[in-house]
Amino acid sequence: MPVLIARRLDEALDELAAHPDTTVLAGGTDLMVELNFGRARPARVLAVDRIDELRQSAGGSRVRLGAAVTYARLLRDGAGSRALEEAARTVGSPQIRGAGTVGGNLGTCSPAGDTLPVLAALDAVVVLRSARGERRVPFAEFMTGPKRSVRRSDELIVAAEWDDAGPAQTFVKVGTRNAMVIAVASLAMVIDRARRRVGIALGSCGPTILRAPDAERFVRVLCDEAGWDRPLRLSEAERTELGRLVSAAARPIDDVRGTSAYRRHVLGVIAGRALARLGAA
Amino acid sequence: MTVAARPRLRGVVGESAPRSDAPPKTQGAFAYASDLAREGMLHGATLRSPHPRARIARIDVEAARALPGVAAVLTAADLPTKVKFGLMKLDQLPLADGRVRYAGEPVAIVAAEDPERAREAVRAVRVEYEVLPAVTDPVAALHPDAPRLHDDGNVIEDVRVVHGDPDARADVVVEDEYEVAMQDQAPLGPEAGLAIPDPDGGVTLHVATQWLHEDLRQIAACLGLPERKVRLVLAGVGGAFGAREDVTLQIHVCLLALATRRPVRIVYGREESFHGHVHRHAARLWYAHGATRDGDLVFVRASIVLDGGGYASSSSAVVANAACFGAGPYRVPNALIHAVGAYTNNPPAGAMRGFGAVQSCFAYEAQMDRLAAALGMDPVALRGRNALRDGDRIVTGQAVEGSAPVADLIRRCAALPPPAPPPGLIAGEVDLTALPGGVGNVTRGEGVRRGTALAVGFKNACYSHAFDDFSTARVRLVRERGEPVAYVLTAAAEVGQGIVGVCEQIARTELGVQRVVVETPDTSIGSAGSSSASRQTWMTGGAVLAACREVKAELARRAEAHDRVRRTPRDGEPVDVDLAPLLDPPIERTVTHRHRPTEPRDATTQNAGHVAFLFAAHRATVDVDVETGIVKVVQVATSQDVGKAINPLAVVGQLEGGIAQGLGLAVMEEVRLQGGLMRNASFTDYLLPTTLDMPPVVCDLVEHPHPDAPYGAKGVGEPPTISSTPAIVAAIRAATGRELNRVPVRPDDIVFGTAARSGWRMRPGADPRTAVRM
Ligand SMILES: Cc1cc2nc3c(=O)[nH]c(=O)nc-3n(C[C@H](O)[C@H](O)[C@H](O)COP(=O)(O)OP(=O)(O)OC[C@H]3O[C@@H](n4cnc5c(N)ncnc54)[C@H](O)[C@@H]3O)c2cc1C
Repeated sequence: MPVLIARRLDEALDELAAHPDTTVLAGGTDLMVELNFGRARPARVLAVDRIDELRQSAGGSRVRLGAAVTYARLLRDGAGSRALEEAARTVGSPQIRGAGTVGGNLGTCSPAGDTLPVLAALDAVVVLRSARGERRVPFAEFMTGPKRSVRRSDELIVAAEWDDAGPAQTFVKVGTRNAMVIAVASLAMVIDRARRRVGIALGSCGPTILRAPDAERFVRVLCDEAGWDRPLRLSEAERTELGRLVSAAARPIDDVRGTSAYRRHVLGVIAGRALARLGAA
Repeated sequence: MTVAARPRLRGVVGESAPRSDAPPKTQGAFAYASDLAREGMLHGATLRSPHPRARIARIDVEAARALPGVAAVLTAADLPTKVKFGLMKLDQLPLADGRVRYAGEPVAIVAAEDPERAREAVRAVRVEYEVLPAVTDPVAALHPDAPRLHDDGNVIEDVRVVHGDPDARADVVVEDEYEVAMQDQAPLGPEAGLAIPDPDGGVTLHVATQWLHEDLRQIAACLGLPERKVRLVLAGVGGAFGAREDVTLQIHVCLLALATRRPVRIVYGREESFHGHVHRHAARLWYAHGATRDGDLVFVRASIVLDGGGYASSSSAVVANAACFGAGPYRVPNALIHAVGAYTNNPPAGAMRGFGAVQSCFAYEAQMDRLAAALGMDPVALRGRNALRDGDRIVTGQAVEGSAPVADLIRRCAALPPPAPPPGLIAGEVDLTALPGGVGNVTRGEGVRRGTALAVGFKNACYSHAFDDFSTARVRLVRERGEPVAYVLTAAAEVGQGIVGVCEQIARTELGVQRVVVETPDTSIGSAGSSSASRQTWMTGGAVLAACREVKAELARRAEAHDRVRRTPRDGEPVDVDLAPLLDPPIERTVTHRHRPTEPRDATTQNAGHVAFLFAAHRATVDVDVETGIVKVVQVATSQDVGKAINPLAVVGQLEGGIAQGLGLAVMEEVRLQGGLMRNASFTDYLLPTTLDMPPVVCDLVEHPHPDAPYGAKGVGEPPTISSTPAIVAAIRAATGRELNRVPVRPDDIVFGTAARSGWRMRPGADPRTAVRM
């Protein structure tokens, strides 16, 4: 199996254009598992983790995160999103965070991918590039199903981009182990006070990452009433209503990791906690 | 002559001495069984049944045999004999012949030039199955109308303990049913073995196992070879916990080596490991406890069903343990306990650390807490009041000799230093790793409630019920470069527990020589028995001790004859170099050590069936996020009677490791089965505690030496897994008020208060075969 270790983006894109049967390799923390289980036998492999352009990030009001940035680096250098840093911190173990990348999380596109609810709640754009040019796809359109996305086989994920949403954002992940656990349910909440925007996205409780539009609207109204620049004091009734709206947005199933009833319940709990924490800040 | 100027020996009995296998293991230089390799070896692979119950109509191996690089494809038709294997009951063929009884049962084996081709050949074998409805409920399997899964019916073992008045009445009675799910031993090293054909038509097998000689017996019989033509050498064992008691790949790899006349290696991956070895028995237990109003136990009645799965393995002994220890370490004047092991079409169950004592301890300790609540008594006081004392009889009528410091352990454990108080609601920066859910950010103190509870448990050490339990050791004292060196050979399997270090420390202490070399165990020496039942320090330690003493006696004789010294060294004193010339020829002694005989079991199980008992108490403190059902175990404190700590650090290692496995069973470890199929055969979904799940452990080593054991050292390996699970679950009950009658506790059970209901009506103490469907 030929393996090309690309150093430049154009060289990688040419390879993909020439050989559409190529499998992209970043940190390998998903791909090598597939190989070990015999579920993947790539015809050709293209390693992208040494491409400078994919390892670069930019902060400021428009944040850009290179696809090959590892979780460890993102945590060290900052990601331009507090929720994304919280999500990165929950990924696997130190070894996995040292190798795994956000691009790989997007590439795999599992409903349990921990960065994905954050990217959804941030209204992030996934930047795809091929030898033919660049496509900028909103996350909501990028992911089409469990482990399915609109990425074409000749395209590389080069970055994710979003507007800096300020400090009121968080990520919560529920699992039955206190570390290194795949999410039974997860939630990202973003309250962009400057843009008066609310994003709430759910992981591990549907075929894709789900937004909770009714809950978002509910929180927007609460912020309108309290004033976007002021702390939000959540009443018990409001908390319950938020929980109900978030639970209702989920489309969970029963599987080995959890029951659908539990997923719905716990989403309501963590939504209330997330808003209480963000509102108080 | 004087020895005053010599340095004292380092690493004698009682010291936390480093063991010789530790540096290579920690530095990655240790050769585990999966690292075995031979020039020109073939790679074996196994085809397993995808169905829990089926008839095999036809197997077509032609396509597989025709593949390039495939050296052999074997099915039941190629077996040299139809002899079956099994630890206690010979009920399984190495390859299924006509019927499969669990999903994962080996049907065909192949050997090929590389692992990839071997797997390809496995896929090319065509098997036609006639799928039959699987029997997966062990209670249903015992029903007279259930399909017979084996020719002799579905009861593997039936043990009844009748003690005192089985119909005794009491002022206060508590009753409930309990469930224990299937746990996996999950040793980090997967099964691996390398078989090399020998010129005499025999075979040498290098394998990671717990008991070389028991493997040898089963392998030779199934190969149709005399035992002298089968040789076993212990390969590096990456953990065992019971998973390596049974034959897995041993016979297969030898069959392939003999068929191809080439060395063959088989290494399981993690998924195959889950399917390949037996597990801890899932259990259903119905209990009733009766007490006087003052809190004296009057009776314990229990019916216990253990799910044996497709084949018997060691189920009969596990069932006996569940029954014998089913009333707990308490004075119980009247008892009726009926335990049955059932064949089902689930994956087979067998040995795992705690061996039957784990399942019943979960139930009787929950019962003791219920009883305390019903009596309005403090649960620790209730336990202390009823604790077994020296000379008391357990429900099998056997008196506890040596010591039964149960009340002492309870008192000490309850008094161990508690953890820091819970953090409370935290704003701003917080160490999330200290909270339920960790960095998942689920709680920063919201919903967190603390609970603390204590549990005690016990079981036997060594083999029971008239089993001829022995171990053999050869000690050779030689002179090398002017220095005395002791070589110790036994067949005892080092599975990580530290028997190598124990042998080193005992030989050093007894012989007074600094350099002790523990040789690689093989079958050139007599059996050491299994590294199980918390017995190796007692048995192989005892054999090494006895052999050393014989060597020492011979040394004294020689010294006297040569008039070289006036006296032999005392314990812990180095041998004077002047002794070295006396070692020509070297002194060699082989000794077989037996513990005192035990009585066989009779119809009511009223006999001195066990050689000794091991006791421990655990106190667990948990923080539970009651709204999400996530648990953080904050601390486990334990007092354990270890008799004598040969190596205190190694003992602490056993206590901590055992508690980690007990914690796993309490809150996360479960082989999930659906219709007999395993749904989580990987470390992705079979969750083991991580370092962030494992709390600090406060260890209190209590030393009540046992008169029959070497230096008084009781076994220590199993008690940590027995009462740690019920202690943790009781602490969760204390924090949540939930019933929690099943382990592992699931978040749903905490959040919704769901309890496990078997759907069977069962009067505790009655024959489990009389259960009625509700
Ligand atoms: C022990 C363990 C624990 C884990 N824990 C977590 C966890 O807690 N949370 C979580 O979300 N995930 C977890 N994972 C999964 C994995 O670590 C993440 O999904 C990670 O982000 C994958 O990144 P990677 O760079 O290793 O991807 P790789 O394995 O290299 O690739 C993953 C997929 O993405 C494709 N790909 C990668 N980069 C690109 C690119 N630039 N353009 C196009 N396609 C690309 C690959 O072709 C492949 O299909 C865990 C994995 C393991 C083994």
